[in-house]
Amino acid sequence: MRGKEVVVKRIITLNVNGEEFEFLTEVHRTLLEVLREDLGLTGTKRGCDLGTCGACTVLIEGKPYLSCLTLAADVQGKKIVTIEGLAQDGEPHPLQKAFVQKGAIQCGFCTPGMILMAKAFLDENPNPSEEEVKQAISGNICRCTGYTKIVEAILSLTHK
Amino acid sequence: MNKLDVVGKREPMLDAWEKATGRARFTDDLAFPGMLYGKILRSPLAHAKILHLDLTGAEKVTGVKGAIGGEDIPKKKYGIVPMAKDEYALAIGKVRYVGDEVAAVVATSLDAAEEALSKIQVDYEELPAVFDPVEAMQPGAPVIHEEVHNNVSASIRKEFGNVEKAFGESDFLFEDTFETQAVNHCPLEPQAALAVVDPSGKVTLYASTQIPFFLRRNLATTLDIPESKVRVIKPKVGGGFGQKIDLYAKDFCAAFFAMKTKKPVKFVYEREEVFTSTRQRHPMHIQLKTGMRKDGTILAQQFKVIADGGAYNSTAPLMITLACYFIMLPYRLENLLFEGYHVYTNKPVGGAMRGHGIPQVRFAVEAQLDHVAEKMGIDPLDLRLKNAFQAGAPHPAKLRVQTCGFSDTLKTAAKGIGWEEKRGKLPFGRGVGLAGASFPSGVSNMSHISSGAMVKIERDGSITLLTGAADIGQGAETVISQIVAEELGVPLEDIRITAADTEITPLDPGTFGSGVTLRAGNAAKIASQEAREKLFEAVAEKMEVNVKELEARNRRIYVKGSPERGMSFKEAIKFYQYSDRPMPIIGRGSYQPPAKEPTTLLKEDGNFSPAYSFMTQAAEVEVDTKTGKVKVLKMVASHDCGKAINPMLVEGQLEGSVVGGMGQALYEEVITEKGRVLNPSFLDYGIPTAMEAPSITSVEVETNDPEGPFGAKESGEGTQLAPAPAIINAIYDAIGVRFKTLPVTPEKILQALDEKKKE
Ligand code: FES
Ligand code: FES
Repeated sequence: MRGKEVVVKRIITLNVNGEEFEFLTEVHRTLLEVLREDLGLTGTKRGCDLGTCGACTVLIEGKPYLSCLTLAADVQGKKIVTIEGLAQDGEPHPLQKAFVQKGAIQCGFCTPGMILMAKAFLDENPNPSEEEVKQAISGNICRCTGYTKIVEAILSLTHK
Repeated sequence: MNKLDVVGKREPMLDAWEKATGRARFTDDLAFPGMLYGKILRSPLAHAKILHLDLTGAEKVTGVKGAIGGEDIPKKKYGIVPMAKDEYALAIGKVRYVGDEVAAVVATSLDAAEEALSKIQVDYEELPAVFDPVEAMQPGAPVIHEEVHNNVSASIRKEFGNVEKAFGESDFLFEDTFETQAVNHCPLEPQAALAVVDPSGKVTLYASTQIPFFLRRNLATTLDIPESKVRVIKPKVGGGFGQKIDLYAKDFCAAFFAMKTKKPVKFVYEREEVFTSTRQRHPMHIQLKTGMRKDGTILAQQFKVIADGGAYNSTAPLMITLACYFIMLPYRLENLLFEGYHVYTNKPVGGAMRGHGIPQVRFAVEAQLDHVAEKMGIDPLDLRLKNAFQAGAPHPAKLRVQTCGFSDTLKTAAKGIGWEEKRGKLPFGRGVGLAGASFPSGVSNMSHISSGAMVKIERDGSITLLTGAADIGQGAETVISQIVAEELGVPLEDIRITAADTEITPLDPGTFGSGVTLRAGNAAKIASQEAREKLFEAVAEKMEVNVKELEARNRRIYVKGSPERGMSFKEAIKFYQYSDRPMPIIGRGSYQPPAKEPTTLLKEDGNFSPAYSFMTQAAEVEVDTKTGKVKVLKMVASHDCGKAINPMLVEGQLEGSVVGGMGQALYEEVITEKGRVLNPSFLDYGIPTAMEAPSITSVEVETNDPEGPFGAKESGEGTQLAPAPAIINAIYDAIGVRFKTLPVTPEKILQALDEKKKE
């Protein structure tokens, strides 16, 4: 709540990971804040809050968005998927498996955003070159892995 | 060595699934009912007296539950190196850099806390500031800390051998000056702290830290409360690279406000604060003179190093000492004169970063060696091989190097990059280069440098492991668990680990100096052996054999060589229980590296570390002569890590470290103007993305160090010492220009090519 300023609150409805959520919130709040603070979905990470690291990437209608730059009120009625919602019927997504098995995860802070970005990309382009993979994840910063094993993990799902 | 079942295996990290599914909890992912949000007011000025601080405006903002300045919190200095403490939780009397902490507020929402910050009134009297360390050392320069008159807060002058004499005997002398830049660690998780007070008054701090036990100690002394009233828990940490070795205002303020308000309090830094107000790699100005004998022997080196420390000490004395001593590895060097200064300036603060003082001087040495080799007509690889340190050789500063695979790392890295075929033979614009280094595997003996572990064998056959080690994403918990599983002869999945909670887990100094695997690994190994011995005694009695004849493997305990003569692990536990032996079965281990005191090197020579790793980086680059852009095509990281407990994690360490080193060589720099950081964001700073990442080949050279658990030494930190010079040397091979200032940006390349044309 801002001091004496008028705070505009609105009831908004979000569809996240297949569930409907209805809650009262200030209109200026970002999707990242709402996911983490109101819905308790802390798998979506805040690395910069400025749109420069990709850690907060979520899928909206299957496309990758930076949730720190997206207002929650603007994505009502859209299908939002976060890292918590990627597994299907308890079965992890192949990308999650590949990241685990190939050692593409160190501290894991970039991982949720990285995996969602990779998913959106592979859905569009199932047989990319290494360069295309690198290009696709170039907005997602990872300080730990040097990207080698991340790229390997993504590419391991393409030659099927 | 016996065949190993778990050690040496490519196992995914134990918590990889949690991280891949979003269940892993980092500090900022935690929340408690009634939690307050904290914010820190930072100085807009580089150097100023605080004449008056008025918090009343902030206190009036709805939702604000507290506002404090430096005078309101116990006035105790803190610092990570006890002899160099020079910081207060919040500034008292004056501010020393843009971003220095002036006041803190807590409120029921972040918005209210931010609003409150804007209502704080500070009257400053601006003071003359100094931004260049060389100027800061001059008489009459502004004094940043009253008690330090020439702004030199730590210095070292050491001579080994006789440098003047050796220069006299040299056939060639080389003199060069090098400059390195400020580099931010950029852990992806910004610093965070969350404090909760329980009904007894004890404060628990969840923090993104590499050093839970040091943090507990510093919280207690700084806030003037007994250590027993403080508990530090490290949740998942999103990378550290040395930046989270330090203590920050967020830690003290969160704990202080929680005690005061009796409510949970959380502070999370913004990315900009991580850039301006945490720590960075010290920029250094390095003068280097080297004397060579005709046959290619390095006879003597003389250094004058000025490190820009920024406004506070952090690890200053240790940093400048490490820079000195690690000149004498990985090459034999009998004669060294090292003069080094850590100088205060009104700028962001330097601290430990992956390599801690060594990458800068290593860059100078390795870049110059390449030039030396060329002038003397020797292949740079041969020159390095000729001078390579060997295991067991006497060391001028009494470092005890029991294993040394340096020569092998040189040879394998050269082979991997195609040295023979490529060096000097590629078309203009393309080139290869290499550079070597060495790093300690932990620190032998400073206050508090011991690790403990406890291993409990549960009735269902599972193992509970308690270790103080702080996993910050490098996989320490996994590696230590592998060691325990191997010793007890059970699969990795049987181990449950609890780590880095000062109330529950045994003492551990934390993640720094690359000592975790060796130190905490040895403690866990000892604890496992003790627990195993207890089980063995029971089994030996039952089977009427000698304890020494037993071994544990594949969830069985049996007579060595005959797996059928024995029983399952679970049966053994049952028998132990029914033979009226005391339960639970617990093994304890404490490990302190063997060393004679004092070996911090701050006062005397001695063996600094229980083991030393060695590494060579080789690079192939392509320079676009039109745009000036350098593309690193390939890097080979050859590393003597003693023994890779988990080769997949070792590779991951090398790959990440190499890309960080490449960042230092080509892209990264914290740019300041009059002390203000101009580029405090990933975008403007130049952090490497996947597009810049080269193809990386990791080569593990195994030397099985007698002091390491299963022979293991350091990996990952030392790797960041040599990529920058390897790349710089490759650029020379590509375009014939020697760069002595980092980073080598496209502008510098274009300018150099222009000048070359004019020649
Ligand atoms: S937190 Fe959204 S891009 Fe960094
Ligand atoms: S794994 Fe740490 S930032 Fe990517």
